[in-house]
Amino acid sequence: MIESPSGFWGPVVWIIAAIVALLIAYFIQRRGEKAYKKGVQSETFLMGNPKLSEGETHVRAHNIYWGFFEGLKKYYVPTITAHTGIINDHLIWLIASIAIVIIILFVVGGI
Amino acid sequence: MDKLLTHSPILIIVIPLVVAFLTPLIGRAGGKARNVLVVASLAFVEFLVIILARDIYLNGIHIYTLGAASPELTLPGGAMVPIRIILEVDAMSIFMGIIWATVSLTAAIYSISHMASETGQNRFYALLLLMVAGTFGMMFAGDLFNLFVFLEIASISGAALIAFRTRFADAVEGGFKYIVISAVAGLIFLFGVGLLYAQYNSLNIGFLANAMQYSTLDKIALTLFLVALTIKTGMVPLHMWYPDSYTVAPANITAMLVITSHACMYAVFRVCFTLYGITLDPATVGWIVIIIGLLTMFVGVTMAVFQTDVMRFMSYHAISQMGYMWLGVGVGLAVLGNPGALATYGRAAISGGIFHILNHAMYKPLLFMTAGALYHRTSTRDLNKMGGLGHNMKFTLILYIIGTLSIAGIPPLNGFASKFLIYESVYQFNPILAVIAMLVSIITLASFTKAFQSAFTGPQLPEYKDVKEVPKSMLIGMGILAAGIIFTSIFPGLVLERIVYPATDALINQGAYINAIMGGGTP
Amino acid sequence: MEYIPLNFPFLAAALLVGVSFYIMIFKRNLIKLIMGIAILASGVNLFLVSLGYRAGGNAPIYTDVPEGPMVLPVPQALTLTSIVINVAVLALMLTMVIHIYRHTGSLDSEKSRKMKG
Repeated sequence: MIESPSGFWGPVVWIIAAIVALLIAYFIQRRGEKAYKKGVQSETFLMGNPKLSEGETHVRAHNIYWGFFEGLKKYYVPTITAHTGIINDHLIWLIASIAIVIIILFVVGGI
Repeated sequence: MDKLLTHSPILIIVIPLVVAFLTPLIGRAGGKARNVLVVASLAFVEFLVIILARDIYLNGIHIYTLGAASPELTLPGGAMVPIRIILEVDAMSIFMGIIWATVSLTAAIYSISHMASETGQNRFYALLLLMVAGTFGMMFAGDLFNLFVFLEIASISGAALIAFRTRFADAVEGGFKYIVISAVAGLIFLFGVGLLYAQYNSLNIGFLANAMQYSTLDKIALTLFLVALTIKTGMVPLHMWYPDSYTVAPANITAMLVITSHACMYAVFRVCFTLYGITLDPATVGWIVIIIGLLTMFVGVTMAVFQTDVMRFMSYHAISQMGYMWLGVGVGLAVLGNPGALATYGRAAISGGIFHILNHAMYKPLLFMTAGALYHRTSTRDLNKMGGLGHNMKFTLILYIIGTLSIAGIPPLNGFASKFLIYESVYQFNPILAVIAMLVSIITLASFTKAFQSAFTGPQLPEYKDVKEVPKSMLIGMGILAAGIIFTSIFPGLVLERIVYPATDALINQGAYINAIMGGGTP
Repeated sequence: MEYIPLNFPFLAAALLVGVSFYIMIFKRNLIKLIMGIAILASGVNLFLVSLGYRAGGNAPIYTDVPEGPMVLPVPQALTLTSIVINVAVLALMLTMVIHIYRHTGSLDSEKSRKMKG
């Protein structure tokens, strides 16, 4: 168990509580529907639509979270154009950072 | 056994170096002999690190003077200035040493089957052992110039390992960017070392910490050290080379390179806490470190959600998690001059940051190795092409889930324990920092769910019908790290008391570091 | 000889570092970038050697030494180590540029990159 300035965290108690909760859920599930046949009742219901191949029904990675990127376009477009991949730009950032940190240290701390 | 313990700092650095030069020779006798030699030498180094760690936690700082009559003789004949090269191993150095010994042993076991189809494997293992020796030297160095030399050794061998598969164009480009950035950063670091030498006439960290007055040239030297080591660590806004280089390396080399950039971060902490200590402006430098940490967390994770190349995705997450460590230690640095706040939440903040280094060093190599396992079996890194691999690769799926829950900070895994410490102590310094940290944690979980859905779940695609599970040695390598994660999750208090709090106290306590050198006895 | 100020080597080192920063920012050719890093290495090495100089000093060798101060030997050792490390780094960088040229046919830092974002 670890202590922090305003609380504590004990993983062993959490794991025991989680196991008890999962056991309760399991016992509730065992009292369920007895006439369930595995595999038959979980097929996709297509309503007469054509059955697509597996490659077409799987959602690809560049389509996930489209809404998130559209909503944050103002932040994303400048950031992605800033990551150019040109080695000269990496070195410009390095020299600019040295200059900025020197200016901050001298202005705040005094020469 | 006693002699082994006294000489262990130099043996830990020298054994990988010597075996690196023996490897091409033994490799002529066959691949199996060379693999056994490499794994045996790394296992012996791990044994040495463990006995050295036990000695440090019992007896304090361990000094090793090269070439003296006895290893603790730093000031011979009543001299006022320590001479000779001195290796000083305190609790923070051996903390990084334990991590590095374990991860490099794991990566070497993983690479036995991952690199089995490449030619030139003798040179690969020689470079790997050189990188191990270089990073150990960086962690144990007691003076600034040896830090520079070992930093360059680790960089050169790291760049050659990144560009190892020269048949890929982007691998060579990644290696080129790595070596250019490392060369420029190393030269800027050397300029700072020259500035300090010109003023105080010594290179030893303990002596410089004693004699330090914070003059103008010292401020410029602090800037040069900070920025040069920041770009080697890969913090925003100097991070843009990091995903390019770490995407194209073989997966276990990326795992080792992440720990090498942690060693550069350890060098930043060594410079800020031990070399300068109280004399620098704690509020200013602390806030610079905190702002860099916040920017890194946020930019790292928002760029990571966007990626479709699985190794590039993991690299951006590595950048983002390092922001957490800088945030925790930066808060500790900002309250260094304020003993009340330091005792209340500063020490807990630094401990949270250091504990996060340990956790990150366990789950990040695991995640990189699972990405390497995906690449090994499907020959592509593009998430757009993968799908439904969880049907075939069940063990990789379980290891990936353990890594995801750990990096996102979900209880009961160890990521939650360290993030909990960071949130609670940083909140008392400034509430906004904790809010941004939690937001970044949520976006981390979201992005890992995206990669999980793309690669593992879904129907089994026809082109991956006969993909098998990865070979046994890769599973053993990943299993060692997963076992470490589960152990740290169930007993975080044990790990905190034994390993992390001594490291925190060694960082805060500049006086003990100086006394170990300057009080080191006359014969 | 009396008209050259005593901190002339430091000005020369700063000038070399400044020229190398200009080259690294503005020149797109990869070979010129590597030459810029070599000039930066020369500037830092010159700075290290010249900070050990003492006015009117002799070489730091004890055999048949004339009277007077000696220059500091430690920066000379640091400079030698730094020269050797930079030779290895430059050789590695040039090898990688050869491979990049074979793969992409161009030496421009913008046209030969394959990764961005």
